[in-house]
Amino acid sequence: MSTVALAAAIMTGLGLSFAIVLAVAFKFLHVPEDPRIAHVEELLPGSNCGACGKPGCRAFAEQVVAGAALPGLCTVTGVEGVQAIADYLGVDAGSTEKRVARLHCAGGAAHARGIAAYEGLRSCAAAALVGAGGKACSWGCLGLADCQVACSFDAIHMNDEGLPVVDIHKCTACGDCVRACPRDLFVIEPFSLKLVVQCRVPLKGDQATALCSVACDGCARCELDAAPGLIHMENNLPVVAPHREGDAGPKATYRCPTGAIQWVEGRQFEAEDAVERPSRRPHALFG
Amino acid sequence: MSLPGTAARFPSFRHGIHPAGHKESTAGLAIEHLPLFSHYLLPLGQHIGAPSVPVVSVGDGVIRGQLLAEPGGFVSTGLHAPVTGHVSHIGPRRHPNGHLVPAIEIRADPFADDRPPPPSPTHAAGMDLGDFVKFVQKGGMVGMGGAAFPTHVKYALPPGRRIRRLVVNGAECEPYLSADHRLMLERPEAILRGTAIVAEQLGVEAVYLGIEANKLDALDALERARCGFPDLDVLQLVPLAVKYPQGAEKMLIKAITGLVVPAGKLPLDVETVVNNVGTMAAIADLFDLGKPLLERVVTVAGSGVRRPANMLVPLGTSVRDVLEACGGISEDTSMVIMGGPMMGMPLASLDVPVLKGTSGIIALAAKDVRVSGTYGCVRCGRCLQACANFLNPSRLGRLAAVGRYQEMQKHYLMDCMECGACSYVCPSGIPLVQLFRMSKAEIRNREVAT
Repeated sequence: MSTVALAAAIMTGLGLSFAIVLAVAFKFLHVPEDPRIAHVEELLPGSNCGACGKPGCRAFAEQVVAGAALPGLCTVTGVEGVQAIADYLGVDAGSTEKRVARLHCAGGAAHARGIAAYEGLRSCAAAALVGAGGKACSWGCLGLADCQVACSFDAIHMNDEGLPVVDIHKCTACGDCVRACPRDLFVIEPFSLKLVVQCRVPLKGDQATALCSVACDGCARCELDAAPGLIHMENNLPVVAPHREGDAGPKATYRCPTGAIQWVEGRQFEAEDAVERPSRRPHALFG
Repeated sequence: MSLPGTAARFPSFRHGIHPAGHKESTAGLAIEHLPLFSHYLLPLGQHIGAPSVPVVSVGDGVIRGQLLAEPGGFVSTGLHAPVTGHVSHIGPRRHPNGHLVPAIEIRADPFADDRPPPPSPTHAAGMDLGDFVKFVQKGGMVGMGGAAFPTHVKYALPPGRRIRRLVVNGAECEPYLSADHRLMLERPEAILRGTAIVAEQLGVEAVYLGIEANKLDALDALERARCGFPDLDVLQLVPLAVKYPQGAEKMLIKAITGLVVPAGKLPLDVETVVNNVGTMAAIADLFDLGKPLLERVVTVAGSGVRRPANMLVPLGTSVRDVLEACGGISEDTSMVIMGGPMMGMPLASLDVPVLKGTSGIIALAAKDVRVSGTYGCVRCGRCLQACANFLNPSRLGRLAAVGRYQEMQKHYLMDCMECGACSYVCPSGIPLVQLFRMSKAEIRNREVAT
């Protein structure tokens, strides 16, 4: 009986002494932390997407509280969320302009000329290396949805023409699709910029339109019709000057013979979901 | 103890595969000449390295053999007019890789004198190595086995290095191809002459010419021809086991000399240089006739070709013209490959030109093209048994599928020569080589970005 009592006493004593050590350690080895960091982190989306350029939401919260970054750098939170953080910390919100990813190509299956059938990995990066993916155009969208796979916000869905439709409400301008596209067709643009050049073909005239019926043929009519200096031609393609959204109007698109330059209100392309064939995607090969 | 006539009698390398040869349809056919066509198209980047720089402009008249474009850097070569005519266009045209790239288009003059010009030999004997390298570069010489790596780069030795062995590659291990085989049968003197020129310039101690044992008649032809080359007494004609990829540089060196080129190193690091038999013949023509690289032997074969043939094709001839000269392709043709079926590139269009590295044009009927679905990796390990570089394709594929490229580099991805042996043996039909090519492209893009 006494053995049992002894064991209980030893265990209680040990527990008590460790508790005292922990209590003392908690008191004297305490690292003071700004409680605001935790609160800001809570206000952030927690997606750790890296669009702000920081390793994650926690690191971003630390920098925002320290004043090294403005809350507006986070494109995922949305305008209200950013304002909430700014109000809480009493700092300037920074730029909170809504930005979205836009595809500088409109050459879906109905418009871009196909010259061969690509039968291989269902991945744009792979198709780009084999006969340029079977499309006549070496610059356009390959339509195999690498961007859809890369998007962590489920904002990109391929339509039945093989073009990625960006959900403008879900798109957070994180830039994952920009990196995923082997043809570098995605550009993060201010949502208020509605004049979008949907082509990357550097050829002129018939050479361009032989590849795709919605290719830019470099006629420069948009340059003439837009406000002075708003559009200039570079490499046979129109380039819209940045930060001049106020000057832009749909007039520049009226005389475009192919519709390569578009006035985009909302999403770029019609959404009609394509039938997925997931089994031949690279990540499905190794179970 | 192996039976006579089996592969084990001949030297080889470890691992590798034995795909069906399919060479019987063209191996017995003598090299034919093509008729003159109206257009010839020469992409400026048809070798590995920097594109050539045009020295002609639209409208210029050019004669056969005239320089059209000069080398655009050290790893680059010259480009010459394959026919007499005039330059009709310089600008984007479709390359066999599917992209629109800068090219020079020649409209042939149908009334031009087609007789070969009188030979204007250059004596290689008195040249120093620097001049020799420049001359070979300007002559447009590239590796004619398929990779089109500029030949002169292999001869330009860094200071303090030397080459002791010259290995001439007559293995031709790709199925269907018989272009090198026919060249060895029909022009053994030219091959030996080119070999003698290069061997003398580099001052090598040993010269080997490796031929797969399914072409022993070529070995006999070279043996008979060598009596005309007393300088080439160091030459050894080596029959090799019939195995793919026997013609890969590192495998050939291993089979013939027993030397192993370490991972990430070049044949130069074991004091060896490897050249294709086609390149040797072209070098002989460059020095003896003054003829730069203007034409090459192309095997046209496969189940989709009506009349298989070996053709001497002027560079820049369109694939469509070549196929039509061979009776056209059958209706059920579903794939046309430029090069061999293992390493060649599938064509997206027939209106693309024959390049310096085009060893074959293979048209395959639908029944010979596997477009089956792919299944999950069953971890059978056949790809490990196939890889001649002793890589682990299964693991590399697994890493590629999830985009772990840095880890792939640690597993020697960059030593993969994309021979296709792993994809060939994979029972699940996993396109391993395509995954590796994709990963290599991604790694290169990231290197450029940083």
